[in-house]
Amino acid sequence: MASICSVLPALLCKFPAIDDGTIRLARKTIDDGFKGFVRSYGDAIDTVVQPLQWFLNYLEGAFVASPWILVLIVMVAVVYYGSRNINITIGTALSMIAIGLVGLWNDTMITLAMVTVCTLISILIGIPIGILMARSDRVQSIVNPVLDVMQTMPSFVYLIPVVMIFGIGKVPGLIAVVIYAVPPMIRLTNLGIRLVDQEVLEAADAFGSSAWQKLKNVQMPLALPTIMAGINQTIMMSLAMVVVASMIGVGGLGKNVLQAIANQFFTVGFLNGFALVGIAIIFDRTSQAFGRRLQKHSEVIHG
Amino acid sequence: MASHAIEVKNLYKIFGPNGGDYVDAVKRGLGKAELNEKHGHVLGLQDINISMPAGGVMVVMGLSGSGKSTLIRHINRLIDPTAGEVLYDGVDVCKMSDNDLREFRRHKTAMVFQKFALLPHRTVLDNTVYGLEIQGVGKAESEKRARGWIDRVGLQGFENHYPNQLSGGMQQRVGLARALTNDADILLMDEAYSALDPLIRVDMQTVLLDLQKELKKTVVFITHDLDEALRLGDKIAILRDGRVVQQGTGQQIVLSPADDYITAFVKEVNRGRVINVETIMRPLSGNPEGMPLEMGMVLESAARAMTGAHVNSAHVVDANGRPIGALDLPTIISAMVTPTSHEDKRAA
Repeated sequence: MASICSVLPALLCKFPAIDDGTIRLARKTIDDGFKGFVRSYGDAIDTVVQPLQWFLNYLEGAFVASPWILVLIVMVAVVYYGSRNINITIGTALSMIAIGLVGLWNDTMITLAMVTVCTLISILIGIPIGILMARSDRVQSIVNPVLDVMQTMPSFVYLIPVVMIFGIGKVPGLIAVVIYAVPPMIRLTNLGIRLVDQEVLEAADAFGSSAWQKLKNVQMPLALPTIMAGINQTIMMSLAMVVVASMIGVGGLGKNVLQAIANQFFTVGFLNGFALVGIAIIFDRTSQAFGRRLQKHSEVIHG
Repeated sequence: MASHAIEVKNLYKIFGPNGGDYVDAVKRGLGKAELNEKHGHVLGLQDINISMPAGGVMVVMGLSGSGKSTLIRHINRLIDPTAGEVLYDGVDVCKMSDNDLREFRRHKTAMVFQKFALLPHRTVLDNTVYGLEIQGVGKAESEKRARGWIDRVGLQGFENHYPNQLSGGMQQRVGLARALTNDADILLMDEAYSALDPLIRVDMQTVLLDLQKELKKTVVFITHDLDEALRLGDKIAILRDGRVVQQGTGQQIVLSPADDYITAFVKEVNRGRVINVETIMRPLSGNPEGMPLEMGMVLESAARAMTGAHVNSAHVVDANGRPIGALDLPTIISAMVTPTSHEDKRAA
C-alpha cells in the first residue's frame, strides 16, 4: 500500500480526521450539557415517571405476594379463554409447575410483571403512533428512520443516557425495554392499516364515514391480524430485553442469568434461560391463537 | 320522497399533479395521447354533459378505460373533478364543504361496488346496517330496516353469515341490501353485476328492475355489457376515451348508432328485445286487422304472441286501447334480423 501512497497526495491516503482537540472539546461540551440537563430536570422527570414506578411495584407485588395456586389458576384461565386450545393450556400449566419445582417461581413472577407492564405500555404508545404514521406519509418518513435507529442501536448504548437520567432501577429498565420493544408495534400497526383493501375504504367513504368512523369500523378491525402480530413481536422482544435490563437493576430471571454469566454457573444459567423460553412460548402461542380466533370470519371460504 | 335528476355539466377530469393547467388546452383540442406523451397527464373525462332522469335508470356504458367508473365517482365525489359541475337538486356536489359532502353521501346516495366491498369481519346483517350506523340511527331501528331489505333481496336465513361464506351472487345481494337500507334517492351501481356469472347477472337485473318499479330511485348504472345496458336503461350514454359518443334511449342507439364504433357494438344486439312495436308500425289504413298489441311491447314478445295465436297481422293499441297503427309478421321479423348499418342509413 505504501507504494500507492507514495504517488498520492497525503490528503487522499490518510483520512483527514478532525483533530483530537476539537473532538475532545465537542465531547466535553455535549457531556457537560447533558449532565447539566439531568441535574436541573432530574427531579421533574422522576416525578413524571413516578406513576410508572407505582404501577410496576403494585403489579409485581400482586404477582409475587399472591399464593402460587391462585396465580396459576388465573394464568391457565386467561390462556384458555384467549386461545380456546386445550394443548396450549396444558402446556402452560406444565411449564409453570416445572418452573416452580426448580425454585424460580418468584423470579418468574417478577419477570412476568415487568413484561406485562412493558407490553401494555408499548401497545399504548405504539398503536397511536402507528395510526398517525399510516395517515400521513410525512409522519411515516420522519418516524421510520427513528425506528431504524431504535432497532439497530446497540441497547447498551442507550442504557447510558437512561441510567444518567433515571439512575438504576425498575423504571429505567422499563424505559430501555420499551425503546427496544415498541418499534414492531408501531411498524406493524402502520403496515396493517396501510394494507387495508382500498375498495372497502372507498365503500366506507361512499357511505359518508367520518375519519374516526373509518378508523373504528374498517381500518382497525381489518388491520387487527397484523396488529396482533405486532403485539406478539413486542412481547418476544420485551422478554429478550428484560435480561439486558437486569444490568441496570431489573430483577427476576434476567438478574439470575446475569449472575450466572459473571460466575460461570452453567446450570443456573440454563434453568433461568429455559424459564424465559417457557414464558415466551406461553405468550406467543396464546396471543397467536387469540389472533386467529379474532379472524374466524375469514376461515370459512365459500367453495 | 321524490327523486331529483342529476345534471352533469361540462365535466373534465385530468389525472396528474397539475391537471387544472391543461383544461383549456384540452378544450382547444389537445388529444388524450398527446397530453399523456408531452405532459405526463392522463385525460380521464372530457366535456361530459349528461342529464340523468329523476326516478329512472341511467346506464353509462363503455369498455375498460373509457372513464365510466371515473364518471360515477364524480356523482358522490369520491373523485374530484378538474372542471365542471355535478348538480343534484340545484346544488353543485363539487362545491360542497367536507361536512355537507358527508351528509350528502350519508342521506342522498348509496353505492354498490363491482367487487362488493363488504366488510369481511361483519355478518350480513352488520354489513347491511352499515349506512344507518354511520348516520347514527339506533341499533334496533336499523336492524329492523336492514332485515326488511335482506328479505327483499332474497337472503333471509343468511343474516348471521360472514361474506366469505357466501357466493359472489349472494355477496352482491348483500351489497344491494346495504345500499337500499340507506334509503337514499340516488343509487350508484359501479359495474355492480360485472363480476357475476351470466345467469346470476340476469337474475340480479330482474331484482333491480322489480325493486325499481316501486322505489323509483335515480339509478346510475355502470356496465361494459350492452345487453345489460339495453335491458336496464331508461337512458343510455356510451363513453369512449372519456367522451360521450352517444346518449339516448336503447332504441335510439340501436336504430341510429352515431358512428362506426357504436354500429360495431349494436351489431350483436338482440334487436327483438330492444325495438318496440310502435317504432316499426305503419299508419293505420282502414279497419284494424288481426290481434291487438300493446304499445311499448318489444318485437320478440309481439312475434311470440302472433305465432302463438296463428295470426299474420296485428294492430298496435295505445294505453286506452285505441288502435294507432298496424304491422304484420314479416315486417317484425325483418326488423329483428336486419341490422341498420351505418352505410344503409347514409344511403337512405
